[in-house]
Amino acid sequence: MQSLLLSIRLAACVTAILLAIGLPLAYWLAYSRWRGKFLVESIVALPLVLPPTVLGFYVLVAMGTHGPLGRVWQAAFGHALAFTFTGLVFASVLYSLPFAVQPLIASFESVDRKLLDASAVLGAGALRTFRRVILPMSIPGVVTALVLSFAHTLGEFGVVLMVGGNLAGSTRTISIDIYDHVQSLEYAEANRLALILLTFSFVVLSIVYGINRRVGRRIWSAWPAR
Amino acid sequence: MAGAISTVPLSLRILLERRAPNAPFFVLDLSLEIPSGISILFGTSGAGKSTLLDCVAGLLRPDSGQIKIGDDILFDSEARVNVSPQRRRMAYVFQSLALFPHMTVEENVAYGLPPLPESQRSVRIAEILQAFRVENLGTRRPAEISGGEKQRVALARSLVTRPQVLLLDEPLSGLDAELKASIVDDLRAWNAAQRIPILYVTHTRDEVDALGERVVVLDRGRVISEGRPHEVLAAPRRKRLAQAAGFENLLDATVVELRETDGVMRVRLAESASEIEVPLGYATPNDHVKIAIHAGDILLATQPPVGLSARNILEGKIVSLETRGTLVAARVQAGVMFTVHVTPGATRALELTAGKPVWIVLKTHSCHLVSD
Repeated sequence: MQSLLLSIRLAACVTAILLAIGLPLAYWLAYSRWRGKFLVESIVALPLVLPPTVLGFYVLVAMGTHGPLGRVWQAAFGHALAFTFTGLVFASVLYSLPFAVQPLIASFESVDRKLLDASAVLGAGALRTFRRVILPMSIPGVVTALVLSFAHTLGEFGVVLMVGGNLAGSTRTISIDIYDHVQSLEYAEANRLALILLTFSFVVLSIVYGINRRVGRRIWSAWPAR
Repeated sequence: MAGAISTVPLSLRILLERRAPNAPFFVLDLSLEIPSGISILFGTSGAGKSTLLDCVAGLLRPDSGQIKIGDDILFDSEARVNVSPQRRRMAYVFQSLALFPHMTVEENVAYGLPPLPESQRSVRIAEILQAFRVENLGTRRPAEISGGEKQRVALARSLVTRPQVLLLDEPLSGLDAELKASIVDDLRAWNAAQRIPILYVTHTRDEVDALGERVVVLDRGRVISEGRPHEVLAAPRRKRLAQAAGFENLLDATVVELRETDGVMRVRLAESASEIEVPLGYATPNDHVKIAIHAGDILLATQPPVGLSARNILEGKIVSLETRGTLVAARVQAGVMFTVHVTPGATRALELTAGKPVWIVLKTHSCHLVSD
């Protein structure tokens, strides 16, 4: 049970951070007309195609005592970043970034441009337009982003294993725990945790598709648009 | 501010070229002075009407030119001034109205108001809602009100800010004539006190006749005429229109000279030395234009006419006469070939026959400039 609570704590932290990063990043990706934008889009989408072990490997190297991130962290806080809960949060934020950003971009882009023009002519600057028009009209996208970030972080395995290791109470998340139980042939224990994750994932996807259905369009789907 | 009467005109000089990959090359090239009151911007779709409004509102940046309200410069390519749309104090009602769907009518209207003490704020909102007769819809959302009500709310929302200019992009399309008229009446009543320039875009003739004190006709990015609706729109603008409207004479001509103070220009008819005077149109010397003239608007004289107000008298010779029912169509060679309709009685009285020398008399305003 400790591993489940740890996973939930990790997912909650990651989701909160992703919201803070994802909103401005998605806004920029949705509205910027910069030519090099596709490069940033590619970087954000990388975790979708990279094996988690590859992502985990590079994050681990960066966070190591000789890596750039690890050295800065060591200097600032006096302890290493790898194999800690904080390190896990770092890696998970990168890993789940596209799941937060893509639904946000989709819903920002679906806001009628004329509403943005109207807001500008009525005197509202970019921030006010975002706060009063874009964000309230993108609530389904925000909810989708939150739910997907949370669920995706909750179920991650490869990245956690690479970056966090398997330390009870600080980096042993639910999926690692399941793996451990299976390795020890404790199938009943493994099944109990797996069932929790299965049920949770089903509920999450039901919520996302329910939102898609309610707003009458696709904000996020596991399949590409036909 | 309250009670102040501004009669500050909007002046525009805009050049904007658009090269879009999948669209035809488009140039907006015009210069206009819009006084207070309603000016109609008339033209077919693709004439550049909405593009012009976007430039005035600051949503599009012209390649060059100047936009100012009175002496207040909003855009000047040479001085590198480009005031943001937020600070132009414009009201812009889009064709789609663009009401915020997640806000109530009152929240929509309050959106553009600057920070004000709550008492002043609610007075301003109440006043404008009342002026456009939507005071009892304050708590509804746009999806819960009718089309005409939405249009009134959109007007109220943009005018509550006390703008310097009002831009309307076909705001009343889709409404029946009666509803349209009542909204326009309310707009006129509001503007009687404010006296700001209003640019009203439309592509339907009905609206021009119903609204217009002034009309500016736009075609392919250029102003082709401006003035009072009946003056501007009486003459056909395009060759195919002229043919459809049954102009028997469609003459090629070259512009010789513009006399802007007289509102006329001299053109030389193709392949001849004959010059005639026609109403001033959008053209410059050496431009090729077409002149449309009704056969029934041409007078024939058998002697050189004197003491006439008509400005154009051409000497010629009758080539043929053909009786068609109750009229006689005369073909007259006067530098170029004219078709002239006369009555059988006039034909007999003047003893018109083929080969007879005649003088053709054309009133300036019977010559319609056709652009193609």
